Amino acid sequence: MTDVAIMPDDGVAADEAAYRAIRRRLQWRRRVMPFVGVVGVLAAWAGLVYGLEVPPFIAPSPQAVAHTLVLKYDLLMRNLTPTAIEAVAGFLLGNLAAITIATVFVHNKMMEEAFFPVVVLVNTIPVVAKAPILVLLFGNGMEPKIAIAALVCFFPTLVNMVRGLESVNPQAIELMRILSASKREVFFKIRVHNSLPYLFSALKIAASTAVIGAIVGEWIGSTEGIGALIIQATYNFDSALLYATVIVGSSFSVLFFLAISMAERLVVRWHAPE
Amino acid sequence: MAMAATSNADLPAAGRATATTNGRAAITCAGVTVRFVTDRRTVTALDSVSFEVAEGSFLTVLGPSGCGKSTLLRVVADLVMPSGGAVTILGGTPKQARQRRTLGFVFQDAALLPWRTAIANVELPLEVGGRPPLAPGEPTPSELLTLVGLKGWENAYPHELSGGMRQRVSIARALVGTPQVLLMDEPFGALDEITRDHLNEELLKIWQKMRTTILFVTHSIYEATFLGQQVLVLAANPGRVREIVTTDLPAGRGLDVRETERFVRLTAQLRQLLRAA
Repeated sequence: MTDVAIMPDDGVAADEAAYRAIRRRLQWRRRVMPFVGVVGVLAAWAGLVYGLEVPPFIAPSPQAVAHTLVLKYDLLMRNLTPTAIEAVAGFLLGNLAAITIATVFVHNKMMEEAFFPVVVLVNTIPVVAKAPILVLLFGNGMEPKIAIAALVCFFPTLVNMVRGLESVNPQAIELMRILSASKREVFFKIRVHNSLPYLFSALKIAASTAVIGAIVGEWIGSTEGIGALIIQATYNFDSALLYATVIVGSSFSVLFFLAISMAERLVVRWHAPE
Repeated sequence: MAMAATSNADLPAAGRATATTNGRAAITCAGVTVRFVTDRRTVTALDSVSFEVAEGSFLTVLGPSGCGKSTLLRVVADLVMPSGGAVTILGGTPKQARQRRTLGFVFQDAALLPWRTAIANVELPLEVGGRPPLAPGEPTPSELLTLVGLKGWENAYPHELSGGMRQRVSIARALVGTPQVLLMDEPFGALDEITRDHLNEELLKIWQKMRTTILFVTHSIYEATFLGQQVLVLAANPGRVREIVTTDLPAGRGLDVRETERFVRLTAQLRQLLRAA
């Protein structure tokens, strides 16, 4: 006789039930914890503002911001519209240009050797420095803001797109050669598909930088838009409006990002290598 | 030594092909030399390699890593230009063979396009290079997937398939359009031994069914012996033909042939040749 306790085997069903219970708990936790985090930060913010008696022209309480969001909803939305148009137009324009130029670079190495350094050089200029130049060039309408948004989208997409079009599995290229495929067929059957995961990771970056570009553009002599509202609220020491504006702007960025992520899930249905 | 670095493209190909003793030669390599020039040094990958593969036969190329066996296959497939010597495929140059679509190539890592399903990968050769549609008698992509044992997996993406299954898809892709010459570059090298054994048996069956000429590169002595009617042993540095061994194993052989005395003797002989190489 052994004195080792032998566990009774409850069978497959019990194991499966236990597995499902653990999974459910983990899933539940994954959904709840982000809210716990957000609520925690808000509570800390409210606690600091009340506890230290921070005056409203330095930092607002969360309630004051929520109040402003509701009260000045129309004003906020009126100013979001131009910013959103500029950001989306700049996003489309900048990425379209980047994709086109990447295609040219891949087909013509000499062009890449000549102009890639120029692109890198332009990219080293900070957005805040590029903005005044473009305002001078394009006047005070939406155009300079679109141009700035386009410019900040352009670079990451160009770099990623060139990489995506070029970093093709060499054996796939050899296969196409054995099949006597034309350059055109290699481009459309291999390179374009290969570039899509790279393109989407660039587009996701561009979605938020386009909004930043439009807002920075509005800082310079603009009367409407999220950027203009930020400047006005700051000058008026209206911290609640400033915070509310920032929240509206970043909410739009998040929505834009989510839209691109959803498009990615629809287009890139295969698992990207790595 | 093939010192004459003349272009291989326009040598009298027909004259060479008739030099075969038994059966028409599908592939003839005559003094093929390949040199790779880099900044640091010039490497002679293949030095005056000559051999013939009769039509419909199965030749395995066996050699240590870096002996130039993949390079040899790439010269035959018109992926590498030889520095000297000539390759003749069915009476023409490798380039002509490629353009006539008489070549099928299986890569070591399957090289499937990840955004295409299994069936779409097999269909690729029909979509590019201006290939005419399949003739009525020719096996269709879905028939080929069935032939390689993947019926029911047509719509699976490569990432949903195991390594062995991916390699099966790549074999089906190489067989589209019934190429007369199948070139295989260590196709089972990355697979586990059990899968490899299984695929070896199946490849043999496919070859017996389709009767295409196969040039198969491997570094496994067992694989080379089991599959090849003849085994070409390459010596390294520079790559040159050490010996061509005829296996003469029974046609309907299964994996248990490896237990026979004949097989054991063959592998011992090949091991000896590799050691001396």
